[in-house]
Amino acid sequence: MLALLTQRFHDLDAADDAVQDALITALTAWQSGIPDSPAAWLYTVARNKLIDQVRRDRASRRQLHNSAPELTAHHTTADTYADAGTAEEGELIMDNSSYGDERLRLLLLCCHPALDRDTQVALTLRLAGGLTAAEVAAAYLLPEATLTQRVVRAKRKIREAGMPLLIPSNLEERVGSLLRVLYLIFNEGYLSRGAEHVTRVDLITEAIRLTRQVVDELPSSAEAEGLLALELYHHARSGSRVTGLGDLVLLERQDRSGWNLDVIAEANARLHSAMTRMTPGPYQVQAIIAGHHANARTAADTDWGAIAELYRQLGRMAPNPVVELNRAVAIAMADGPLAGLAVLNRLTGLEQYHLFHATKGELLARAGRPAAESFERALQLTSNEAERRHLERRRAETATAETAAAETRAAETAD
Amino acid sequence: MEFMILIHGDESSPRLAPGDPGFDEFMGSWMAYNQMLIEGGHWVSGANLAPTSSATTLRCSPGQTPEIVDGPFAETKEQFGGYYLISAENLDEAIALASKLPMDSGSLEIRPVAFRPDAA
Repeated sequence: MLALLTQRFHDLDAADDAVQDALITALTAWQSGIPDSPAAWLYTVARNKLIDQVRRDRASRRQLHNSAPELTAHHTTADTYADAGTAEEGELIMDNSSYGDERLRLLLLCCHPALDRDTQVALTLRLAGGLTAAEVAAAYLLPEATLTQRVVRAKRKIREAGMPLLIPSNLEERVGSLLRVLYLIFNEGYLSRGAEHVTRVDLITEAIRLTRQVVDELPSSAEAEGLLALELYHHARSGSRVTGLGDLVLLERQDRSGWNLDVIAEANARLHSAMTRMTPGPYQVQAIIAGHHANARTAADTDWGAIAELYRQLGRMAPNPVVELNRAVAIAMADGPLAGLAVLNRLTGLEQYHLFHATKGELLARAGRPAAESFERALQLTSNEAERRHLERRRAETATAETAAAETRAAETAD
Repeated sequence: MEFMILIHGDESSPRLAPGDPGFDEFMGSWMAYNQMLIEGGHWVSGANLAPTSSATTLRCSPGQTPEIVDGPFAETKEQFGGYYLISAENLDEAIALASKLPMDSGSLEIRPVAFRPDAA
């Protein structure tokens, strides 16, 4: 609805206000009964509010023009709005099918590369996702005023900088930017899911819903459907990822009976559909990897050799030390911790990344080497509570084992 | 809409002078760019500035005659070196046009024109 109104009136800010006003009007008006078509009702109310607004703007501009003609000589935009508004007078019936590609255009605009990443995320959730400012702020643990300010600034930039609500000529590039934002939102929801965050808005569901929209509107994009498959695979397992107390459970120890098989089946179908388009990309490769995990009946059934090879391919498509870190884990699982450590030790650029140290600690411990120092370093770098508890436990376990080993060695030397 | 493309570059990087090998190609690429703007109906104006070593800065304060300072206002790695004022449908078109500038380093700031007294 917002996309459609923005399209008709060329003013995102005003359209957003009109939709909010219409919703508030609905709160009182609908107490005596909900209309047959709530969407059409809301659209009509919001549109009428916009037309009123345009008329007021035009009247005040006329006044300004009369008093200060030199400032308003080439300001004809208000008239353009009014024409767009009145041309719509006859059209009242609204349903989802008449949205066309406006929703996709709005998503692409929210993720425009001329906006910074945090703004893209905020706009996507607030305008395309339809969450309230309070909900988005809560999801990102920000003061609501900060979030509101960010959205206000972004809307102003969109208007003043001339950012169009059009399907861009470099669509593929722009879709890439849109998918990155959706995956970022998904990951925020995925990683923050823990006992102390139960009241946070479900960003996972929201990201999946928006990704579905993109897949529906861009059926030719294999990467969009690949991302949907990837999100679904993670989502299917997310319930088993933490205990009731919010503690992390490593993939190999997760209770696989808690995984959602229907969601995994849908992910499999989505991935298959994406891959039939023969245009591989990083999201599809990550989905194939997630699919290997999701479809393995036990942890021991996991084909780690294949996963290591997939991470190698992924690293070639999108070079990234984190991918190399994952490849090291897969190699460790396939060929033993020492083989994994050999890959880790060649890695640079992850010194400040807690999972690098956590992984190193885990592989060292499995190889029977001192690991407490790596867990300690990881602890210093993480901010996630569930991860912190997991690392503290591992540090304590390995420190005890190391003390015991040192005592044994000391005892042996003494003998 | 009108947009200004502000061109920032590192002045200390070597510049080609007339007669240097590659100079004609270098100038040719800029002339071709200008021609592209003109033919596409995007050209409004543009200029290449003399280096900041020739700059004079006036520092203004209320009720005072500006203080005259030799040189650029701030020492930065990249200096403002020239601009294009172009006409484009929207930011996307302005970005696409700016991306075609024959630059291999430096940065381009794109700003919409809010008001220009001599605009038609």
